[in-house]
Amino acid sequence: MSDDLIHLTAAALASKLASGEVSAVEATAAHLDRIAGVDGDVHAFLHVNAAALDTAASIDKRRAAGDELGPLAGVPIAIKDVLCTIDMPSTSGSKILEGWVPPYDATVVAKLRAAGLVPLGKTNMDEFAMGSSTEFSAYGPTHNPWNLERIPGGSGGGSAAAVAAFEAPLALGSDTGGSIRQPGALTGTVGVKPTYGSVSRYGAIALASSLDQVGPVSRTVLDAGLLHDVIKGHDGRDSTSLTDEWPSFADAALAGLAPGALQGVKIGVVAELNGEGFQAGVKTRFAEAVALLTAAGAEIVEVSAPSFEYAISAYYLILPAEASSNLAKFDSVRFGLRVNPAGGGTVEQVMSATRERGFGPEVKRRIILGTYALSAGYYDAYYGSAQKVRTLVQRDFARMFEEVDVVISPSAPTTAFPIGERIDDPLAMYLNDLTTIPANLAGIPGISIPMGLAAEDGLPTGIQIMAPARHDARLYTYGAALEQLFEQAWGHSLMSLAPDLTISEQSAATEGVV
Amino acid sequence: MSEITREQVEHLAGLARIALTPDEIDKLTGELGHIVDSIAKVTEAVSADVPATSHPIPLANVFRDDVVGETLTQAQALSGAPEHDGSRFKVSAILGEEQ
Repeated sequence: MSDDLIHLTAAALASKLASGEVSAVEATAAHLDRIAGVDGDVHAFLHVNAAALDTAASIDKRRAAGDELGPLAGVPIAIKDVLCTIDMPSTSGSKILEGWVPPYDATVVAKLRAAGLVPLGKTNMDEFAMGSSTEFSAYGPTHNPWNLERIPGGSGGGSAAAVAAFEAPLALGSDTGGSIRQPGALTGTVGVKPTYGSVSRYGAIALASSLDQVGPVSRTVLDAGLLHDVIKGHDGRDSTSLTDEWPSFADAALAGLAPGALQGVKIGVVAELNGEGFQAGVKTRFAEAVALLTAAGAEIVEVSAPSFEYAISAYYLILPAEASSNLAKFDSVRFGLRVNPAGGGTVEQVMSATRERGFGPEVKRRIILGTYALSAGYYDAYYGSAQKVRTLVQRDFARMFEEVDVVISPSAPTTAFPIGERIDDPLAMYLNDLTTIPANLAGIPGISIPMGLAAEDGLPTGIQIMAPARHDARLYTYGAALEQLFEQAWGHSLMSLAPDLTISEQSAATEGVV
Repeated sequence: MSEITREQVEHLAGLARIALTPDEIDKLTGELGHIVDSIAKVTEAVSADVPATSHPIPLANVFRDDVVGETLTQAQALSGAPEHDGSRFKVSAILGEEQ
């Protein structure tokens, strides 16, 4: 029974909860058991919510009392540790915030609670979301459920791995340059970066404020749409929050399942995002995806974005610049770690000693790089030019979207690489986000959907769909349509091929299995 | 090649308030040189007539009504502080002896 519950989609679980066939307590207990059984190996979670079963019981009670509940009420969810939670530590993967329990919830977390979802815990991530492999977490790496020796992508490797390992049907992530979409691709799951400003950033510990966006992580496109519907919308506490009214993204996904949903849709294939440096198995699967789309009646158009060649460079100037400023708040005064140098010192010396001890290597690297990019004499050449590249990237997208409805590319240039392989090579690590960074620079939405396994290593690949700003609904409609085409072609979902993880002995013993 | 020197990294670490060790400064000097070399190409990509974009979807004049909102209590605001006196954050001396 509990094994069946963890393999359900969020939509299917929600319908069993609504009909009373399954209780929220049963659903939550099944996922907590799974976490106890496999998370020793996967390490997706930094903290498991001790109150999860109580929360689930209160949802069951409300349902029994006839309260009107949201469509996902009682469904468990994992929350990336970048998001503030009033009842759980929120460290953003950093030692400088070890044990810090915020005095408020992020708006998206408050919305989850209001919708009756059950927080299971907080997921691992690269420190302050700086990384593409989750190896820069101060609390140790997360392992890819498809191959435990490999990285799960990053920075949101914990959320993606939790969903891929059936520890949670849903998770929240944050995407500054691909931190939702790239781990989605590498773990065979779905991840969405919404239009900038469409989901509140209040209570999301800021990395780069002009790029950050919170979004859903799931195993199906419809599940992502259901979760997106819970978290979207204007928030007066975020001055970059859009006031738009958004359509139902779950309905948009369902529309994609109707026959003919791709008929006549114009889809651009971005020449710059499928060339040199892309793994052969990724390119093969992508070509198959294009053939499926064509066969389904979509019109494939080759499009070009010359500015993308400069996008990574611009990103690695803008992000560190904004991060160096955002992370100035970790000053040993109001929250987090304080290290007193031997013999005492001024507040400035205390601050410097704290930041030396509290920050890991990638965070220091990016703060120093950002400080450099913003310093007198270099500002115009580097930061100024990077902001102009951003304009060029936006213009390239605008031009492409005059011609096509959406553009597609592989979500990541390679499959998951071995843990440790690129940890000492910052530049090689930065190239992982080549395909995802342009969307953040332009503020447009993007989704990653499982695209099949690469022949050479049997690991998941992903396809990315990008739409014009404010047209997130297209990601869901065409994404769900494509997901359906893939599953019809394969005869199963990609996640049904995920390896069974060995239940650890301790947990198996408590369940009487051994 | 980039012009990043050890002295420069030391200076940047001071500005960023991170007490880097000598080893870290050595390592970062080399790494930053490589990174800056690789990202310096942004300067070739643009001309003077391209406007800068600071924000993907710019909004102007985001105000709210001038009424008291929901705020943290003093106890909540102090709850994560390494040291406080019950009503204020406590820090060590602002000025050193030489100042």
